[in-house]
Amino acid sequence: MGETASMAKVLVVTSGKGGVGKTTTTAALGAALAQAGQKVAVVDFDVGLRNLDLVMGAERRVVFDLVNVIQGTAKLSQALIRDKRLETLWLLPASQTRDKDALTEEGVASVIQELRGKFDWVICDSPAGIERGATLAMRFADTAVIVTNPEVSSVRDSDRIIGLLDSKTEKAEKGQRIDKHVLITRYDAQRAARGEMLNIEDVLEILSTPLLGIIPESEDVLRASNVGSPVTISNATSAPARAYLDAARRLKGDDVPMNIPSERKGLFDKLFGRRAA
Amino acid sequence: MAFVLAPTAPITDWLRELDKRTGTSPAFFVGRPIILDLQALTLEETQIGELITQLGERGVRVMALEGIDADQLGASLPPVLKRGRPSAGDALLSASSSHNGVATARLPRRQEPSSLLIDSPIRSGQSVIFPNGDVTVLGPVASGAEVVAGGSIHIYGALRGRAMAGSMGNARARIFCSKNEAELISIDGYYRTAEEMDASLRSRPTQCWLENRVLAIAALD
Repeated sequence: MGETASMAKVLVVTSGKGGVGKTTTTAALGAALAQAGQKVAVVDFDVGLRNLDLVMGAERRVVFDLVNVIQGTAKLSQALIRDKRLETLWLLPASQTRDKDALTEEGVASVIQELRGKFDWVICDSPAGIERGATLAMRFADTAVIVTNPEVSSVRDSDRIIGLLDSKTEKAEKGQRIDKHVLITRYDAQRAARGEMLNIEDVLEILSTPLLGIIPESEDVLRASNVGSPVTISNATSAPARAYLDAARRLKGDDVPMNIPSERKGLFDKLFGRRAA
Repeated sequence: MAFVLAPTAPITDWLRELDKRTGTSPAFFVGRPIILDLQALTLEETQIGELITQLGERGVRVMALEGIDADQLGASLPPVLKRGRPSAGDALLSASSSHNGVATARLPRRQEPSSLLIDSPIRSGQSVIFPNGDVTVLGPVASGAEVVAGGSIHIYGALRGRAMAGSMGNARARIFCSKNEAELISIDGYYRTAEEMDASLRSRPTQCWLENRVLAIAALD
């Protein structure tokens, strides 16, 4: 039991700033890892403002949630929802009617511990901000994916979050180092070329943290959210899906060359995108 | 600039009251220099250490002590401020100077040279406060982060946040950085914001020092 528990990886998807793509990323990485045969649980920590159930297309199947499990009114097995498309992908939804005060550190610790014993990956979708919900989402993580848009406010918030990851997580308090990766989302090659966005090197220099991947800005992402399907399932050959699939392989430890989406590529995609449609 | 906390006995009750007040805004003290006024208490050196540790757990960083005799304290505690009124140590000194030999034993302890080295980036929202001497940072200081030093500050990386040198009153302190993107720099209380800096000094290695109470900044390259 102890041995299997230590095999599982607990990953937090976090950012500080809202609206940068944490939930999209949680769903896409979770699905991508499940598509690679891994057993994955995605956990929504945004108690009160839950979204992950919608993005995963499971909103009509939610009965029990994270708060029920923490408070002991439901068992973990009753609250976990199995994905209809991928049988190794599970969702633990947040409660919409409660707030973050319903989360206790001991409660979260015991749920995470139980999930560790059942899954290869436990992916915690952090709420925005640096308050209770966000600090508890990162508290027991081994690995963090910091979702950043290439603009100054997002980058500074990410830097703040990295500071908290290095000081307030259980691993950091034990003197160990939490694995950190930056995932740049909503990257627009055309705007970057015109100098309207921070470029990748600037973001990485400011954050001094390795890059997990670059997800291009794309309508495919919005479309995927609206139909309740992670983009790696709904349109696996689209540019953002391929970028997420590569990022998931890097998380597993594969050496995958990094593609920076270029302007030419954007034009190319546009031409072929229209023909396919 | 600095906040003064004046604990009263019993300390456990006072700490509970502090928790109650800061419960709604736990980040209130983070990054603020705090002076601890111990006038209302009678504490041993180890008890003061414990109090500072307990405050530290609440994000309160004690920069200096007040209302206590500096001679009673070891080097591990923050320095004692006087705020213009005689401290107990001074009073003792004058009272005991009539007794031969006693006064000489109460001469102020020689300050050990000391410095702090930080070999990781200082992240936005983090605050390094070191009243006892120089601070050297190997890495960037992020926008929204701050370094406060009693002595000089050396940053081998980009300074994008705040650097405050000579914080305990030292006009000879300086600030060096290998890339100046600072939001604010200050020496001995004299400060300058990014807006008041010459644009030609941005993104370059620079040093800052005080010259006739004016903050001077010059490129190092």
